[in-house]
Amino acid sequence: MANSHASTTNPCKMCRPLGACLAFSGVENSMVLLHGSQGCSTYMRRYISGHYNEPVDIASSSLSEQGAIYGGEANLKQGIRNVVAKYSPSVLCVATTCLTETIGDNVKMIIDDLLEEEPGLRDVKIIPVSTPSYSGSHTDGFYDSCVAILDRFARGGEDNGAVNLFPGFLSPADIRYLREVMDDCQVESMILPDCSGTLDAGIGDTFYRIPRGGTRFEDIERAGSSSCSIEFNLAGDANQSSARLLDDRFGVRGYRLPLPIGIRNSDLLFNTLSEVTAGPTPQKYQDERSRLLDAMVDAHKYLFGQRAVIYGDAEFVIAMTSFLVDAGIFPVVCASGGGNARYVAEIETITGSLDTPPAILREADFDDIYDHTLAAGADLLIGNSKGNHIARRINVPLVRVGYPIHDRIGAQRILHTGYRGAMNLLDILTNTIIARKQDDLGYGYSYM
Amino acid sequence: MSDQKPEAADLGGLKDRIVEAYPEKVGKNRAKHILVKDGNGGNKIDANAKTIPGIITTRGCAFAGCKGVVLGPIKDVVNLVHGPVGCSYYSWLTRRNFAKADDNGKNFLQYCVTTDMQEGDIVFGGEKRLMQALREVKEALDPEAIVISATCPVGLIGDDISTVAKEAEAELGIKVFSANCEGYKGVSQSVGHHIACNALMENVVGTEEPEDATPFDINIFGEYNIGGDLWNIRPLLERIGYRILSTYTGDASIHDIAKAPRAKLNVLMCHRSINYATQMFWEKYALPWLKVNYIGVAETARSLREMAEFFDDQTLTENTEKVIAAEMERITPALERYQERLDGKRIMLFVGGSRSHHFQHLSEELGMNVVMAGYEFAHRDDYEGRQVLADMKETAISRVVPDLHYERESGCEPPADLEQKKDELGGHLLDYEGMIAHMKKGALIVDDLNHFETEAIIRELQPDVFCSGIKDKYVVEKMGVPSRQLHSYDYSGPYTGFDGALIFAKDIDMAVSTPTIKYMKPPWRKKESGSDA
Repeated sequence: MANSHASTTNPCKMCRPLGACLAFSGVENSMVLLHGSQGCSTYMRRYISGHYNEPVDIASSSLSEQGAIYGGEANLKQGIRNVVAKYSPSVLCVATTCLTETIGDNVKMIIDDLLEEEPGLRDVKIIPVSTPSYSGSHTDGFYDSCVAILDRFARGGEDNGAVNLFPGFLSPADIRYLREVMDDCQVESMILPDCSGTLDAGIGDTFYRIPRGGTRFEDIERAGSSSCSIEFNLAGDANQSSARLLDDRFGVRGYRLPLPIGIRNSDLLFNTLSEVTAGPTPQKYQDERSRLLDAMVDAHKYLFGQRAVIYGDAEFVIAMTSFLVDAGIFPVVCASGGGNARYVAEIETITGSLDTPPAILREADFDDIYDHTLAAGADLLIGNSKGNHIARRINVPLVRVGYPIHDRIGAQRILHTGYRGAMNLLDILTNTIIARKQDDLGYGYSYM
Repeated sequence: MSDQKPEAADLGGLKDRIVEAYPEKVGKNRAKHILVKDGNGGNKIDANAKTIPGIITTRGCAFAGCKGVVLGPIKDVVNLVHGPVGCSYYSWLTRRNFAKADDNGKNFLQYCVTTDMQEGDIVFGGEKRLMQALREVKEALDPEAIVISATCPVGLIGDDISTVAKEAEAELGIKVFSANCEGYKGVSQSVGHHIACNALMENVVGTEEPEDATPFDINIFGEYNIGGDLWNIRPLLERIGYRILSTYTGDASIHDIAKAPRAKLNVLMCHRSINYATQMFWEKYALPWLKVNYIGVAETARSLREMAEFFDDQTLTENTEKVIAAEMERITPALERYQERLDGKRIMLFVGGSRSHHFQHLSEELGMNVVMAGYEFAHRDDYEGRQVLADMKETAISRVVPDLHYERESGCEPPADLEQKKDELGGHLLDYEGMIAHMKKGALIVDDLNHFETEAIIRELQPDVFCSGIKDKYVVEKMGVPSRQLHSYDYSGPYTGFDGALIFAKDIDMAVSTPTIKYMKPPWRKKESGSDA
């Protein structure tokens, strides 16, 4: 059910341009310039930095009243010139904000005009993305950005045997894992976006103003001649599907899968890879799966029947719900600040076998989530840091996964995906339940 | 290897190198914002100027200054943000303002409430949604007041939020007021502080009378209780004999702010964000302000003594000395240990609008050398002192928000010996000398420091620690230089008062002494002569 209030109390979503910033952070040597007032880029830098514990540079066209009244053309042009001069990005995303969407700046035209004035700037791939903050949420900005960059630069050609992987919004640890999977399956792959290096960088001898890593631009250009695309995006609209775009335009076969969180969804991924490569799942992952099963058997004594509330991005909630169901945990509330009818349908299917289906909330805020949590009764909250308020009020533990996590460190290293990610989540959830049981006991008996 | 680090004399060269790295026009502009103390050309600096687009500034917007900084910490009101979801979300508790509910149990700091404007609102107007949202907030949360803050689209589509506020106030029976702090106004969050001060002055201040009065009623202005800063100060002041009528706005109740004019003295921490309000209090209520600084041991003592001097009361003066003596005795052994450990360390300070000055005293007290300081969004008076106010030209940008002026309320008279007190109080009564006056010859001062300059300055100055905010701290750390956040204190603090000085010292010690630093150079790399590890 969707929120029927005029007000939103404690939102469970962020605004659309943030998604563009997140997506482009996974493209090699790229930057984002937000066309609007500078508070947008400052706030979003803060919110991305705080989660990943990494520097995040987002430029702004810094519009003032004059720009708001007469249009932001001069500021945008100057902003692009300056950011190119000081940072030399190869790719520059120009994302709009509520300000410039409301005044109706034609960003594409302004960029074309600038390129006429300064042909030297043509070496930089400048990509406009429309991200009006008053429509949709950060996940829309994310998917739109991936589609925008492919729409503009992907080219077709003879099948080169490669696989495109569109993972959606996952942690750097997840992307690193997926890269390992693709390599182990001996698949030449392009992962877009790939934040594994850019948003989880080490400290080395040299400081790079734009962090190393990210999807290579040449690979993006070649995406139209790959053999197939795998996209973790079940509920997104068709026009937000990167795989669909490449299929429609270049005939690249697309597989739309759920995020590979939990055993069932990971099986889907490995089956697909097996089909694509016409080879067996590597022994390493067969072993991982068997260890996961072993872990699930160990854990079920503590987990089975626990009542969990899960919230976050729609795609993430769908996948986490299936993981929980497989682990014997009862999802009692599944909520997203976004979500659509397909999101609801997917969760209904996943939870169809349960005696009591969960409350499925879309366009929900934490006020709604709180009400439903109280009504359902919960042992556990699973989601980002913003559920902390509810966790404290009703005194149940919160397991932090997803985005944003700003009250713990290590969010960039949380592995959610694959058999290995499932083991990781399983251990965290199980130990959280056990720790709570021990803390509540009062007489300190700790041998299991 | 501090002996190999550049001396002050190199700083002029550093400035030239930074300026030359820019396109000519940008370089010319930035040159006016970079100053070497007592170098050629005097100690004049350009500030509060337009941000250069595309430069990766650390500045925020009017909304951030208004709702985020000034209005956000008021605990018993609901801040209803009229706009798309992001602005409200990104300003949700991010500044670590702490508050405890008063007896009524009302503390809404944990709440983020927004109209989450949708496309239809942009096209057809959002006033109806706003009105309905106000009703819902009253019904669900029952706050003492509701303040509406505007984000960018509100001004553009012409939603009349002050009329909606008036209608809602009549209908709901609680105070409802608004702030037109659309993000595009002005050049930084600074203008938002001004908008918030005006909104409080016009709608709240003076609307309630305190139940009683004491001779030593004061207000603490420009203290936002970040990391509990106020809670270190309040007990000290209460031990001496002051009663804090209101804060402005850390841990504040809207009712206390309403009663604030009946205090005898406003003490002012953050000059930049709140001097508009202290000036209006002076005009309207003849209530003078004293510039204090509770960061640093000597500065805290200095501030307490000057407050006592202002009141000129024997008991208060004696209590002040007793408190200072007791506190000094308690903290001196620990302080001395830190002074030994931090002696000669080189520190850089880049914070918002007043802290880069406040933390210089404490840094120096700990034996450190402040090699560079700057402000994100300060004005020239924060750098050069209030005497420059007269020749600061009004620009289009500074006219975005009107200075409100008030007739003096009848019955409000300044203390008879005000002029004498001004002389005695070292330029801190109704005056502020600015940061530059404090700095050493040859120190570097940079206004609106950006990412590129941060990097260049760190490379050349190689500080031992860089104190700034979350947007630059990871850059600094990736460059192998330890950092401390002086906006939200990296989950530490409070840094005010005598105890706060020790916490700051411990945190800096942690930054410069962490054993991790020695692993920066991997074992497989040959040791290079002359370079700092």
